[in-house]
Amino acid sequence: MAQIEVRHLSKTFTSKDAQVNALKDINLEIEQGDIYGIIGMSGAGKSTLVRCLNYLEKPTHGEVWVDGRDLGGMTEKELLRQRKDIAMIFQHFNLLMQKNVVDNVSFPLLIQGVKKKEARKKARELLGIVGLEEKELAYPAQLSGGQKQRVAIARALASEPRILLCDEATSALDPQTTASILELLKDINTQFGITIVIITHQMSVIRKICSHVAIMSQGEIKESGLVNEIFSHPKTREARELILKDIDGEGAVHLAKPQDRLMEAKKIRIVFSENSSFEPVIANMVLKTGRPVNILKADTKNVGGIAKGEMILGLPEDRKLQQEIEDYIRARGLEIEEVTGDV
Amino acid sequence: MFSSEVIQMLIKGIGETLYMTLASTLFGYLFGLPMGILLTISDRDGIRPNSILYKILDVIANIVRSVPFLILLIVLIPFTRLIVGKSYGSTATIVPLVVAAVPYIARMVESSLREVDAGVIEAARSMGASTFTIVTKVLLVEARTSLIVGVTITLGTILGYSAMAGTVGGGGLGDIAIRYGYYRYEVGIMAVTVVLLILLVQIFQTIGMKLSVRLDKRK
Ligand SMILES: Nc1ncnc2c1ncn2[C@@H]1O[C@H](COP(=O)(O)OP(=O)(O)OP(=O)(O)O)[C@@H](O)[C@H]1O
Ligand SMILES: [Mg+2]
Repeated sequence: MAQIEVRHLSKTFTSKDAQVNALKDINLEIEQGDIYGIIGMSGAGKSTLVRCLNYLEKPTHGEVWVDGRDLGGMTEKELLRQRKDIAMIFQHFNLLMQKNVVDNVSFPLLIQGVKKKEARKKARELLGIVGLEEKELAYPAQLSGGQKQRVAIARALASEPRILLCDEATSALDPQTTASILELLKDINTQFGITIVIITHQMSVIRKICSHVAIMSQGEIKESGLVNEIFSHPKTREARELILKDIDGEGAVHLAKPQDRLMEAKKIRIVFSENSSFEPVIANMVLKTGRPVNILKADTKNVGGIAKGEMILGLPEDRKLQQEIEDYIRARGLEIEEVTGDV
Repeated sequence: MFSSEVIQMLIKGIGETLYMTLASTLFGYLFGLPMGILLTISDRDGIRPNSILYKILDVIANIVRSVPFLILLIVLIPFTRLIVGKSYGSTATIVPLVVAAVPYIARMVESSLREVDAGVIEAARSMGASTFTIVTKVLLVEARTSLIVGVTITLGTILGYSAMAGTVGGGGLGDIAIRYGYYRYEVGIMAVTVVLLILLVQIFQTIGMKLSVRLDKRK
């Protein structure tokens, strides 16, 4: 059994004049040690889903199993104890503003009845792990966003959780700070074997640290699996849109002018994997066939530790020539996929 | 300007006024703080929603607060006699003052606790904190600046009410003001008592604000 199993989970919010089906029949399995990303647009239901994982939100239907135990079958007391194993960090850090850093980190231990002195000692150790020893007496208002999130991470680790839920934990941070926080999360994952669930609307976060990803839209999971596979073979429209949007983000290259795009008869996506991108395939191909192709988008980046790249080409109208180009690319061991619609 | 007799009387008046104000505030918080906490957590978006409890407390608070203090003072005379043994003098005045102060304090506490960031409460819940822990370690701690401002405002308000009670035999500076100023036309003494009342409010206000600023770690 997976560490976290979500079965046929639905959540409906009912207010006076409206019903919102925030989650519709969600099924999810997250294994021990995974870094599992959940991505989707605003309002997709990501926060609601993650809040169901520790029962801060009670599902309308369905079950959540954590470490082989059904959260829905627990008494209030058991649930409070279970939450010790499932820590959480947030977009806005949610630190106690009137308590200093070391007391914030001690807080979950005090809740569990650990003595104040002991809790402080442990808190100092944890501050060492997140690199903030020297800030132990500062108050949250005196820290930067990245530092606050580090305190929140130290606080989350205090109860020695087996699972860490992150709801948009980097969304309020600049790209550089985001990178350092993601690095820290990855370290925690490898060092302590803590399973991490990351909610985000940024594809770059998924790309940088996640092993698995689930793509959410309008309360449903459209696609889920290994990040590598979903990036190279997105099956659903939602996944393709997210990946394309990501290419539009950092490091993207647009080479063709919009009016040129209309003339293309066929567009293909080439996926580079491992070391294939070091060979100048496109240049060689153009030299060989003697026909130019339009590079509509090009982007290579680091996905889960493997150099990955994609390129979208607009091929000439001539069928035979198209075939020739595709054959050439396939012969180089690259995967091709036809792209439809506007890119 | 005044005889030592008058000065003696004024000093006694100050003492009585302080006694009534501080004791009433203390007892007021003894009941008003829990009531405010219950109002906050039992509300629809509170941590322990309970619409029946909320409605009951809400109605009580509204009824008591809408009765004019002088009426309350009179209506409560039998009750006061039951508790204190007599219905006049500064100790007896504490009873109606507390009754009037409790719902007022409960509302102040409720509004202070509502200011606490929902995210911090959510974080505490995610750590497995019980309702009691959230109240004592999160709500009351995070809202302390605002709670102290509330105490300051309450002190000023109760001081004013105690002066009002003084006019019907409750003792304190209000009593002096009405006896000398109103019945005997000694405007000088009345003016002095008013100035003393203003000074007391000012002192409470200054101390309270200083304290709340000193304790606030949000900047
Ligand atoms: N307490 C609530 N009461 C009513 N509706 C709610 C509540 N919480 C969430 N919703 C609704 O459920 C849907 C999903 O919300 P949710 O916060 O899970 O989205 P999200 O994917 O986390 O979005 P974002 O990226 O903006 O945080 C939204 O339509 C939202 O309005
Ligand atoms: Mg959200």
